[in-house]
Amino acid sequence: MGVFLQTLFVGLRLGSVYALIALGYTMVYGIIRLINFAHGDFIMVGGYTLIFTVPLMTAAGLPAWLAVVIAIAVCALVGVGVELVAYRPVRRKGTGMTALITAVAMSLFLENLAQAIPAIGPNPIIASQLFAPGGFRVAGVTLDFVTIYTIAVSAAVMLLLYVFTQKTRMGRAMRCVSEDKSAAVLMGISVNRTVLTTFAVGSGLSAVAALMYVAQYPKVYTTMGSLLGLKAFVAAVAGGIGLIPGAMLGGLVIGLVESFTTSYISSSLTDAVVFLILIAVLLIKPAGILGKNVGEKV
Amino acid sequence: MLKIEDLHVSYGAVRAIKGISLEVDDGELVSLIGANGAGKTTTLHTISGLVPASSGSITLDGKDLRKTPPEKIIGLGLAHVPEGRHVFARMSVEENLAMGAYIVRDKAKIKRQLDMVYAHFPRLAERSRQLAGTLSGGEQQMLAMGRALMTEPKMLLLDEPSMGLSPILVKEIFSIIRELHDAGITILLVEQNAKMALAISDRAYVLETGLISMSGPAQELLHDDKVRRAYLGA
Repeated sequence: MGVFLQTLFVGLRLGSVYALIALGYTMVYGIIRLINFAHGDFIMVGGYTLIFTVPLMTAAGLPAWLAVVIAIAVCALVGVGVELVAYRPVRRKGTGMTALITAVAMSLFLENLAQAIPAIGPNPIIASQLFAPGGFRVAGVTLDFVTIYTIAVSAAVMLLLYVFTQKTRMGRAMRCVSEDKSAAVLMGISVNRTVLTTFAVGSGLSAVAALMYVAQYPKVYTTMGSLLGLKAFVAAVAGGIGLIPGAMLGGLVIGLVESFTTSYISSSLTDAVVFLILIAVLLIKPAGILGKNVGEKV
Repeated sequence: MLKIEDLHVSYGAVRAIKGISLEVDDGELVSLIGANGAGKTTTLHTISGLVPASSGSITLDGKDLRKTPPEKIIGLGLAHVPEGRHVFARMSVEENLAMGAYIVRDKAKIKRQLDMVYAHFPRLAERSRQLAGTLSGGEQQMLAMGRALMTEPKMLLLDEPSMGLSPILVKEIFSIIRELHDAGITILLVEQNAKMALAISDRAYVLETGLISMSGPAQELLHDDKVRRAYLGA
């Protein structure tokens, strides 16, 4: 029972981080039908921003984790920059395939750019402590603070995002653009501005994911976002790409699968099982767990 | 109100509109009829800025629409009900109507317009919480029209409002169009159902492969032999 609960908590923690990242993939996909392969690298951008800004926070006598505010801003700017400099021009001229290749290129570009910055370089940097250490034991289960914070922060962020998309003007505009661009234009919605906001929000979420991830695994390196991003992408697809609740659910499922595979089967099989699950889900439900293959009504 | 002069539109090498001029005066109901592929929808899309014109001019009360960003056109009082409804399927009826009022900041006005739309379309009021994607074709058409009315536009572009609807619903939709016209809204109506369109219109233009082949008072066209043979099946 102790092992089971422990595994469950770890799974929820992992899943919360995946969900935060998956949201970025799914929001951008929902609005411009592009798999933003550079999204995983935004986590790396967030990770390094934390590395460089945490000392500033501590020097100012503020808690280390507050650096996430700067990380959110930096990630949002990078996301918006990538859209403006790379994706928008390509989208205007090319096809979905050229946009996809541009996304892969942006991913490699960000990784290599980071490495070229002298303060970063090719070697991993270890982040200092982001949250006060500790935790407590209940019924044979260790609940460390980082796990609790991760689950709570992710839940809060997702709730905020839900309220944003359902209740605010900009959030509703996003849903309209994602459903039907030309109808959105006829309503007076600026598609370009909505797409930029989506990039800003989605990329900002990856900074929150970076905070929670680095708090647990303090090693920050230039390709840290690759596998993390890939798995979050799997989560988004498994949950139903383009659907915000799908990304949340998909993230949690992937996190739990990973955690339980590690505990009960073998840690070396974790990634294999994750991708097997993806294949199984897509065979049974090609549009993802929450996705529907809705035909257009004429 | 709306004035189009020598408009040309191309999709790549294909010339869809080859120099048309038309005018819709304040309060008029004008229809644009013609066969499939004649360029009717393209004309409306160009007015709304969804498709760029290659040359010519489009003005609304003297304002150059070709120089207006597409999302700003609704703010000039021109609303477009697109072919195939294009309602937001994953949103409720009421959310769709709220999106119709996206540019309206005045909450009281939104409420007023919502009541007005529900008065025109009682069926939408009954289904306000239902997802738009689950409505019938006729209800979706009503929703698309209601949504366009939310800004209290002075002019409506209606693209094939009767498409795919049962004869009873077609009648209902046309009687609503007439109501809107009587309420003083200027309307440019694109229809394949030429007979019904001409019956309620003041004037009409006949579009044939990107050119206007005929125009005049709707009653005259309704009795014109050529129009009758080509579009009225008589």
